[in-house]
Amino acid sequence: MAKVTLTVNGRTVSGECEERTLLVHFIREKLGLTGTHVGCDTSQCGACVVHMDGHSVKSCSILAVQASGSTVTTIEGLAGQGELHPVQAAFKEHHGLQCGFCTPGMVMTAVDMINRHGGNLDEATVRAELEGNICRCTGYHNIVKAVLAADAEMSAGRQAAE
Amino acid sequence: MYATSYHRPSSISEAAALLAATDEAKYVSGGMTLIPTMKQRLAAPAALVDLRHVADMKGIHIDGSRVRIGAATPHAEVAASSALRSACPAVTVLAGLIGDPHVRHMGTIGGSIANNDPAADYPALALALGATIVTDRREIAADDFFTGLFETALEPGELVTAITFDLPEKAGYAKFRNPASRYAMTGVFVARRGGSVRVAVTGAGADGVFRQADMEAALAGNWSADALSGIAVPSSGLLSDIHGDSDYRANLVKVMAKRAVLAAG
Ligand SMILES: Cc1cc2nc3c(=O)[nH]c(=O)nc-3n(C[C@H](O)[C@H](O)[C@H](O)COP(=O)(O)OP(=O)(O)OC[C@H]3O[C@@H](n4cnc5c(N)ncnc54)[C@H](O)[C@@H]3O)c2cc1C
Ligand code: FES
Ligand code: FES
Repeated sequence: MAKVTLTVNGRTVSGECEERTLLVHFIREKLGLTGTHVGCDTSQCGACVVHMDGHSVKSCSILAVQASGSTVTTIEGLAGQGELHPVQAAFKEHHGLQCGFCTPGMVMTAVDMINRHGGNLDEATVRAELEGNICRCTGYHNIVKAVLAADAEMSAGRQAAE
Repeated sequence: MYATSYHRPSSISEAAALLAATDEAKYVSGGMTLIPTMKQRLAAPAALVDLRHVADMKGIHIDGSRVRIGAATPHAEVAASSALRSACPAVTVLAGLIGDPHVRHMGTIGGSIANNDPAADYPALALALGATIVTDRREIAADDFFTGLFETALEPGELVTAITFDLPEKAGYAKFRNPASRYAMTGVFVARRGGSVRVAVTGAGADGVFRQADMEAALAGNWSADALSGIAVPSSGLLSDIHGDSDYRANLVKVMAKRAVLAAG
């Protein structure tokens, strides 16, 4: 058994787990944060995407012990006091989800993408950046629209703040 | 996944000592190959020695014409390096075509080179640039390093610490990605230095990455995509699988080589 300490959504948490425990299982089963999903066993679907030290990663392909000491943000950590994060709001507005299974990973991926490309996203870039996330429902069209809308809104917000 | 244990060294010597201390121990760098393989129970190391916190194995250094990339440097850092982009854009292009953003945030150049997957991208770069693989024991020329499918010249426990190479005058990479896995169905890296040209092909060879001598000779005489038009790529020795047979891959080698030369300019 190993002791794992993480800062998850701003809160420092510790727990015991086996060395072989995947980060996604630690998050879901030890911390009870079930918004992060598991959609495959081949590291390809992206339903499990969280941010580790500010970068999107597949939590199904990282051991909890590898992540120990890092700062993790899950889908539960995005929304403010009763208010959706702009990316979540854009997915709602643009119908970027149907069954919703891929959505936590899609939203975390979109936030990471906007952090890196902030304000410079175009459709081709969004589609290329979604390479690691599979959606069986939407056909991606409305997801792409939602990401572009959120990017525009967030960069307008940044400009207004400057 | 079978049970394992976990160790986190902070130096190269500590990492090598930890690996030697346990039978059946393995290094884990980005884990983007090893952890999925352990999940499938195709690998069952008794201990994992994590390289992500070894500072001496990280970062990109350009000193005149010599480039050194630490083995534990993630693909995303290489892809985003503005110094590398201006010195040799083919390197950043290649890194940016690996997998997807999440894989690139974790996966590392050292892990990719050590793993020598026949469809991986970095082996083509290392071979075409005549790179040197630096380990905790010695320096190995790329020509001697990649010895077969998932096989390298590394001895048991030998740790890749960095990859170094001289900047080429021109270089280009073109990749035909498998639409599901994103790995190369065929990727060709071309590089020119003085009168010498090297062409390395990944994804296509039944024995892994290889150099294409006919193309090297043709491009040394005439650095243009047209110079490749007359070359017949033999399909013998090329992979045949559900994704494409060896004739199809032979054609891809030629098409990707032309695109790589065009990209190099
Ligand atoms: C969905 C997906 C898509 C991918 N697509 C591509 C692609 O398009 N192109 C591509 O090239 N790759 C692709 N990969 C593989 C990815 O690039 C891996 O990151 C890489 O092959 C291995 O690097 P790593 O740092 O993750 O190594 P790890 O998985 O940590 O290790 C791999 C092996 O190398 C050994 N090792 C690691 N580091 C060292 C070292 N410094 N010295 C000695 N031995 C070492 C380990 O013991 C292990 O046996 C993909 C992976 C996934 C999950
Ligand atoms: S569950 Fe992580 S990639 Fe599918
Ligand atoms: S909304 Fe159902 S998988 Fe994407």
